[in-house]
Amino acid sequence: MTTGVTVSRRIGTNADRVGLGAMLVASACLVALGAKWVSGPASSVVLLVLALVLIGVLVLALRGGPEARRLLAPYGLLKPGMLWLALFFLAPVWSLLRISLSTKPSRFSVDYNFSWAFENYSNAFKDFGTQFQHAFVYAAIATVLTVLIGYPLAYVIAFRGGKYKNILLGMVVIPFFTSYLIRTIAWSTILADRGFVVRTFDAVGVVQVLEWLHIMDNGKLLNTPAAVIGGLTYNFLPFMLLPIYVSLEKIDTNLVNAAGDLYSSATRAFRKVVLPLSIPGVFAGTLLTFIPAAGDFVNAQFLGNPNTTMIGNSIQDQFLKQNNYPVASAMSAVLMFSIASLVLLYTKIFGTEDLA
Amino acid sequence: MMRIRSKVAHWALNIFAGLGLLYLFTPIFFIVAFSFNKPKGNFNIAWQEFTLDNWMHPFAEESLTRALRVSLEIAAVSTLISTVLGSLIAIALSRYKFRGSSGINLFLVLPLTTPEIVLGSSLATLFLGQNFIEFGFTTIVIAHIMFQVSFVALTVRARIRGFDWTLEQAAQDLGASPMRTFTKVTLPLILPGILAASLLAFALSIDDFIITFFNSGNVVSFPLQIYGAARVRIPPQINVLASMILFLSVAVLLSGTIAGMRKEAAKTSAAKPKRRILNKSA
Repeated sequence: MTTGVTVSRRIGTNADRVGLGAMLVASACLVALGAKWVSGPASSVVLLVLALVLIGVLVLALRGGPEARRLLAPYGLLKPGMLWLALFFLAPVWSLLRISLSTKPSRFSVDYNFSWAFENYSNAFKDFGTQFQHAFVYAAIATVLTVLIGYPLAYVIAFRGGKYKNILLGMVVIPFFTSYLIRTIAWSTILADRGFVVRTFDAVGVVQVLEWLHIMDNGKLLNTPAAVIGGLTYNFLPFMLLPIYVSLEKIDTNLVNAAGDLYSSATRAFRKVVLPLSIPGVFAGTLLTFIPAAGDFVNAQFLGNPNTTMIGNSIQDQFLKQNNYPVASAMSAVLMFSIASLVLLYTKIFGTEDLA
Repeated sequence: MMRIRSKVAHWALNIFAGLGLLYLFTPIFFIVAFSFNKPKGNFNIAWQEFTLDNWMHPFAEESLTRALRVSLEIAAVSTLISTVLGSLIAIALSRYKFRGSSGINLFLVLPLTTPEIVLGSSLATLFLGQNFIEFGFTTIVIAHIMFQVSFVALTVRARIRGFDWTLEQAAQDLGASPMRTFTKVTLPLILPGILAASLLAFALSIDDFIITFFNSGNVVSFPLQIYGAARVRIPPQINVLASMILFLSVAVLLSGTIAGMRKEAAKTSAAKPKRRILNKSA
């Protein structure tokens, strides 16, 4: 009897370990089931383990007393969302990796067999190397451009907006209330061969200069790399501007005034005070811009030509049109890993901890 | 000399910012203007003449209207579920200190730092070789909830960061049951944050193209319809519906701002009489 009480008390005080463990085991079960890691009778066993774990935690919460309940509460709140992400975010990544190492028996077959087929990866690099290159180069240029356009705009709104600050910020966001695709299609019309912009450039006589800068090509603006980069810059600008604005907004203007009182010039005060304090915003903005831009295929589709396709176009084409799931999955996996390692490297160099 | 130079720099920066705003609005002017165009042929891309026809018949394009309705249904269902799941996560993260919370924080950011095309294609591989769910409405809703949960959790967490959780204890000390404490104290206080997050989730769902594209089956959402139609015909109704969505969101944004300003005003005016009473008694 006494041993029973001590055991239950020990479980009660360690309920947080039990709760965390139950959540992790349940997530692992869902990943295993979702990614078809187990099959046949084994999957029934995993399903049973999942049910037992969930019931076990429930029993502990009901009978374990207030202290155990308090320790278990956060895990109870987390569980629905976390299990959803386990099944529909983690398990898919696992099954993507599995299919990327599989082969298809024939070109038109829907089935595929797992066979450590690393040739999918070498094929992906061999056939789609240019597209990878385009994705990273275009996304990098677009990211730099969003900093160049977004930083001054965020600076003016944050420091010179006064009482119009919120209205100006609203104006930055409003264009993005129209559909992403419609915006991109609108750009394709604006930049069209005999459209307003090209005719203006013609009239002003800057076509030669722009051709020399490789922005225009044979008198065309649409269907050039520049148009694709321009589209990416436009569509992801708010992802850069808003984090920069948030970090600029937090800066105490007294600091800038203090720098001025200490005979620092305005530029020097900016370089030594404002810029370092706004770096976290630039950092977050860079990630939020570069990552979606590298995986995008809409801009390349509507604003580019067959020679400016990005890796997103190839993945989409191989996956949905050619039904070549293994190679498409291999490309997706490479994109995921290269972005993850770029992010890690970037975090190491710039070392800002708070991303979220 | 110095002063003139800094003044020039000051105005140059303002002008640059103005040009930036102009750049942001360029396609928007275009979209709204062309909703009043009477196009020749299938593509509404060259200005012909002014007409109100398109605005008189905004739902004339049946396939477009149907797609918009599908998108609204998807957004409604997915927002409802993701708001509940995400808010629970946010409450757990800000209300409790617990083992593994830093890991959870990191895990929540992962879906946001994964390109949409990877999320979409990997989820499609999950649905490929199974017989439980067919590609369609359900798979789109599942996909949307998947990326909305993180957004909702992070937004709600940011909004309730400064929440005073001892209020809950106070309510319970006064004899309120846990359920009553939640509905009468906690929920009303964190509701604005949850509402803001659900609006964001709704907007993300309506506008999502890439992830939906991979998991849609035969179901056509609004962005998918535009994508499919873009090569065949671009009817002016696209511009009309886009302008409508734009004006509606601006109205929501404005009413939110005005309500916020009113609340501030009410707070300050409510604070004033109190001071007067204090003065009297003194």
